[in-house]
Amino acid sequence: MSILRVENVVSGYGSMDVLHGLSLEVEEGKIVTLLGPNGSGKTTVLRTIFGVVTPKKGKVYFKGEDITGTQPEKVARTGMSYVPQEENIFPALTVQENLEMGAFIREDDIKPRIGEVFELFPDLTDRRKSRAGDLSGGMRQMLAIGRALMLNPTVLLLDEPSTGLAPFLVEQIFEKIQTLNKQGVTVFLVEQNAQALRCADRAYILEGGEKKAEGTAQELMNDEEIGKLYLGR
Amino acid sequence: MIELIVYGIVLGSIIALGSVGLTLIWGITDLFNCAHGDQITVGAYIALLFGGLFNRIGFLQGTVGPFSFSWGLLLSFIPSVIISIGLAVAVDRLVYKRMRRAGAHFITAFIASIGVAWALRGFIYIIWGADFHFYSQGLRPVVFLPAGIKLRVDEIFIMIVAWGAVAGVYLFLGRTKTGKALRALADNPNLARVSGINVERMLIWAWGIAGMLAAIAGILYGIETQLRPEMGWIFLLPLFAAVILGGKGSITGALAGGLVMGIAQQVSTLFLVPTYKPAVAFIIMILVLIFRPKGIFGRGKA
Amino acid sequence: MGLLDFFVSFAIMASIYAIFSMGLNVHWGYTGLLNFGIAGFFAVGAYTSALFTSKMPTGALATYVKQAFGLNMPFLLGVVFAAIFAGIVAVLIGLLTLRLSEGYLAISAIGIAETIRIFFNNERWLANGAQGLIGLKRPLSNLVPPIYYNYIYLLIVVIFLLIIYFALERGIRSPWGRVLRAIREDEVMAAADGKNVFFFKLQSLALGAMIMGIAGALYAHYSATIQPSVFEPLFGTFIIWTMLTVGGTGNNKGAILGAFIVWALWSWTTFLILKVVPPSFQTRAPFIRYVIIGVLLVVFTAARPKGIIGEERQVSRF
Repeated sequence: MSILRVENVVSGYGSMDVLHGLSLEVEEGKIVTLLGPNGSGKTTVLRTIFGVVTPKKGKVYFKGEDITGTQPEKVARTGMSYVPQEENIFPALTVQENLEMGAFIREDDIKPRIGEVFELFPDLTDRRKSRAGDLSGGMRQMLAIGRALMLNPTVLLLDEPSTGLAPFLVEQIFEKIQTLNKQGVTVFLVEQNAQALRCADRAYILEGGEKKAEGTAQELMNDEEIGKLYLGR
Repeated sequence: MIELIVYGIVLGSIIALGSVGLTLIWGITDLFNCAHGDQITVGAYIALLFGGLFNRIGFLQGTVGPFSFSWGLLLSFIPSVIISIGLAVAVDRLVYKRMRRAGAHFITAFIASIGVAWALRGFIYIIWGADFHFYSQGLRPVVFLPAGIKLRVDEIFIMIVAWGAVAGVYLFLGRTKTGKALRALADNPNLARVSGINVERMLIWAWGIAGMLAAIAGILYGIETQLRPEMGWIFLLPLFAAVILGGKGSITGALAGGLVMGIAQQVSTLFLVPTYKPAVAFIIMILVLIFRPKGIFGRGKA
Repeated sequence: MGLLDFFVSFAIMASIYAIFSMGLNVHWGYTGLLNFGIAGFFAVGAYTSALFTSKMPTGALATYVKQAFGLNMPFLLGVVFAAIFAGIVAVLIGLLTLRLSEGYLAISAIGIAETIRIFFNNERWLANGAQGLIGLKRPLSNLVPPIYYNYIYLLIVVIFLLIIYFALERGIRSPWGRVLRAIREDEVMAAADGKNVFFFKLQSLALGAMIMGIAGALYAHYSATIQPSVFEPLFGTFIIWTMLTVGGTGNNKGAILGAFIVWALWSWTTFLILKVVPPSFQTRAPFIRYVIIGVLLVVFTAARPKGIIGEERQVSRF
């Protein structure tokens, strides 16, 4: 059962097309990763799904409904959350306030949820009142994900969460992602780092805006050809 | 010298009110609003209008305590703020919203705001003429502070109101959900949208605050000096300088910038003819732009 | 006779403004430089020409009129030096501010222009401060009786207009012009192409300023007087921006058209006001022009960012 589906999407910026008719889907409850080198269009895929960019052709379906071109403010209310690669926190606000902003559209009591996020990322608890902009790279990334989690999303879109992080932090992040998944969150993870395959169920490989390969993570990890061509083995 | 600094703080407080509104809008929408000065002028003149009306009512005529202005004027703060907010929001909906929709470059909005500035000023000229106006012709009582500094009693009122308004804005931005959302929006507009924050609705709040502070600044300036149609426009260069000094979107920065501008301009009269004051503001601004374009408090946005 | 005179005066001012607008077009239309301090270049041009062409006051006059120097040069040389000095000022400003990002450049420019104006206003020794200078030379004034002089001046101004127009039209089609256009479109790409972007911008700033300086000089000799108040932001800067916006940024025909349209609106409302409005309102009615100019600017930027004519395709889209 695919909870998120992208069909023949042509998308880009101005007159430049980055995606040339891309299709992929994410099954509910799974972790799906989209791998690809720089400039392959990975970020554009997420931006198109979340409405930051409107596709020129093609459709985006969420929970069976057509959300193509819907504005980000509205997409956020459908149960999807998005963590951009850069500028993914509010640096001038405190950690606590960042989380509160993540839950902006919620009317109910968010304290329990904040508690849950701190449970998932215990390192953030001590820095509750700190300015988010003063945090280290790893903590920022955790906060960025935490902010997105405040809405109790069914699907979480992550854009290269491992960017600029030391290897042991990368491991940590991927572990947290798996924990989240076990809690029932579907994850669509865009990455450059092939490590992502280890925690994913299914994977796509993107290059030059086109799908080059797809399959279960296991298949792709074992495929030597793909390993050489795309995963730098 | 000390007297100049004190006077500079008074003036700086008024400038600060204007710059907070300006930086809020700039932080959220990338619009450097050239009409903000004239918005201040409008606030002052609306108070003049209503003050005059209210003063016809007997018991409002008398002066408020030791201050130079009447109860009528005090009451006219309310209609002035309300109309100023209405004007700010209306202009945004009519003019800038359209441009946002079309994805216009910020320069287009900048130029349009110049047009708005001229139009507003033209109306003031037409309705009230080019002459000076005063809120009151009466006495301006004075107190003497230590070190022989002469301070008008009105100026104490000005400081209280200005900083009261600032404190109010601070509390609003720091404690309320809407306030935090505004800060978030100014800090990272894209992430705010992604979090579901409705930009257009928030902008009404932002323009509302900007309009309110502008009106108050205008009235206070009118109490401090006098009203004339160019009063707001003359403010604009120190306002710009204050906002740039403070950094884009930084409220604290705008406050500090306002004070610095006020003090700098006053102190400069020690060695420069007073008509050079705008030039002083400009020189400070240029120095900041060359050496520290993000401003003193700015973060990563130039 | 009156109506013809009116039209001639109108045409002279409109043409001067048209030259001014073309100068701005070099900055904004060609190179994408946002500059709100153009009144400064106008002022420098006007004052330079004034100082260079007038005589040092002697005797009784010297007590009322103070100026730094008066070289008593002929009109044309005055204009030439106006252009040169405006260009020099532009280069100095450019060195200081071109590295700033767009919006800041614009605002800095206002500051600079205002500082120049205040300077001229205060420093009496330079050019008689707020009182300004009078009795400036009128070229070829000995050719015709004074009532017809304006026709001669109109001819002079139009000649300048045409020369500048054709020179710019040639210039924009030259390789130099193409680089400017490339910078306007995408600075990063132009830089990647190996062009020294800063240097080109500086040239553009200087060229535009020189043209504005010429306009200033022409204005000074037309009014035969100048004071610092004339270079206030409304007249000196924003009305030109309105002209360029209305006429179409990016092309010279538009600059000229915009100048004529806006100046027509401006002077004809003045005319109407004088005739139609009762004397009691006479002092206030002129400010209707503020509202008109303001609304015009808003409407044209909001509705049609390209103005009336729009940008002609000069450079092929690869």
